[in-house]
Amino acid sequence: MVKEIEKAGFTIVQMANLIPVAKTVGANRIVPTISIPYPLGDPSTSKEEQWELRYHRVGVALDALTTDIDEQKVFDVEV
Amino acid sequence: MKKAVVYLNQFFGQIGGEDVADHAPEIREEKVGAAMLYDQLLDAEVTHTVICGDNFMGSRTEEAVDTILGFLKDVDFDIFFAGPAFQAGRYGMACGEIGKAVKEEFDVPVISSMNIENPGVEVFKKDIYIFPGGHSAAKMRDDVKKMTDFGNKILNGEKLLPAEEEGYYKRGIRHQYFLEDKTPAYERAIDMLLKKINGEEFESELPIPELDRVEIAPAIEDLSEVTIALVTSGGIVPVDNPDKIQSASATRWGKYDISGMDKLENRDSGMFKTIHAGYDPAAADADPNVVVPVDAMRKYEEEGKIGKLHDYFYSTVGTGTTQKEAARMGKEIAQELQEANVQAVILTST
Repeated sequence: MVKEIEKAGFTIVQMANLIPVAKTVGANRIVPTISIPYPLGDPSTSKEEQWELRYHRVGVALDALTTDIDEQKVFDVEV
Repeated sequence: MKKAVVYLNQFFGQIGGEDVADHAPEIREEKVGAAMLYDQLLDAEVTHTVICGDNFMGSRTEEAVDTILGFLKDVDFDIFFAGPAFQAGRYGMACGEIGKAVKEEFDVPVISSMNIENPGVEVFKKDIYIFPGGHSAAKMRDDVKKMTDFGNKILNGEKLLPAEEEGYYKRGIRHQYFLEDKTPAYERAIDMLLKKINGEEFESELPIPELDRVEIAPAIEDLSEVTIALVTSGGIVPVDNPDKIQSASATRWGKYDISGMDKLENRDSGMFKTIHAGYDPAAADADPNVVVPVDAMRKYEEEGKIGKLHDYFYSTVGTGTTQKEAARMGKEIAQELQEANVQAVILTST
């Protein structure tokens, strides 16, 4: 899906936990998430921590959309 | 008697289902579940079964691999089997990760089996032997048979043939070997050339692997000017699943109105839930924003970092979904996005 949407000309970033899969499939901009069942907020942590993580990683994804790349790139996250 | 070790996930290792997919790695000095079948078919004894939850291996890969390599350090074994993983993507990736690591660390043959649609095939076929397998556990016996037949050849020191003849996915490794009929290369090259000139079919002896890459879309200059859409393969839908998207092997997708919503309300509020059958739904049902981050996008919209969050998000289920169907759905969603004048997309996958 990522590839078809990018092929159509949209700038797209994939947020994924299984980075090797995203890379192999051919996503160009990739931002890591924390798990499969809860990509953007661990339910064993507080609501505030989940929010902080989600807000941060979505922010990284948005910045990825504004970043010029000339090859596949996995963007670094801090939280 | 030679010795074998088998790697299974939480399900085939008889720990449980999705709710225990976080199960930490363990090793048992016995044959658990499918390990018994291997033991019957092999010219070796299965001495140990390694079991690890798929999510544990997927999310904490390094820790899982290190732990398992630690277990195996004091185990004497001649061959390692992982799976079969059928069409289960996470299990396939897990078999590949641990298989590759075991091969590198202990230099023993590693054999797995996966359906062609399993992402583990593309990622790991160069590192370990992977045989084509069925869609589901109904093919357990057939798949294990293929793996153990080949394993027995290795254990018995028989001559191994190229991938096409042995049946495993091509690893892209080139061996030098002598043809049975000893036709020299110049004759084969001339034959090939003549066939090519005559427009006949011919088979190259040096096939070049195809890489299907997409041209990188340009960076967005100013996010505050654009509309961004959320797309997910995590199966988030309104609680009544109005488009009847399948929980696995999906062929349908849906678009759902989020205009005026600060966040996605959850299943208990009667709004959104996940129908994805490939992961434990508890967290996503309790807070769908962990999969489709509407709340965070609204915040960025309010702060002016982005122009607008598109009024709809797009959803399907990405487990067991064939690449062909995923490509078609991607095209259809792209068409919608064009009509809606969206410029950029965040796609979340589970």
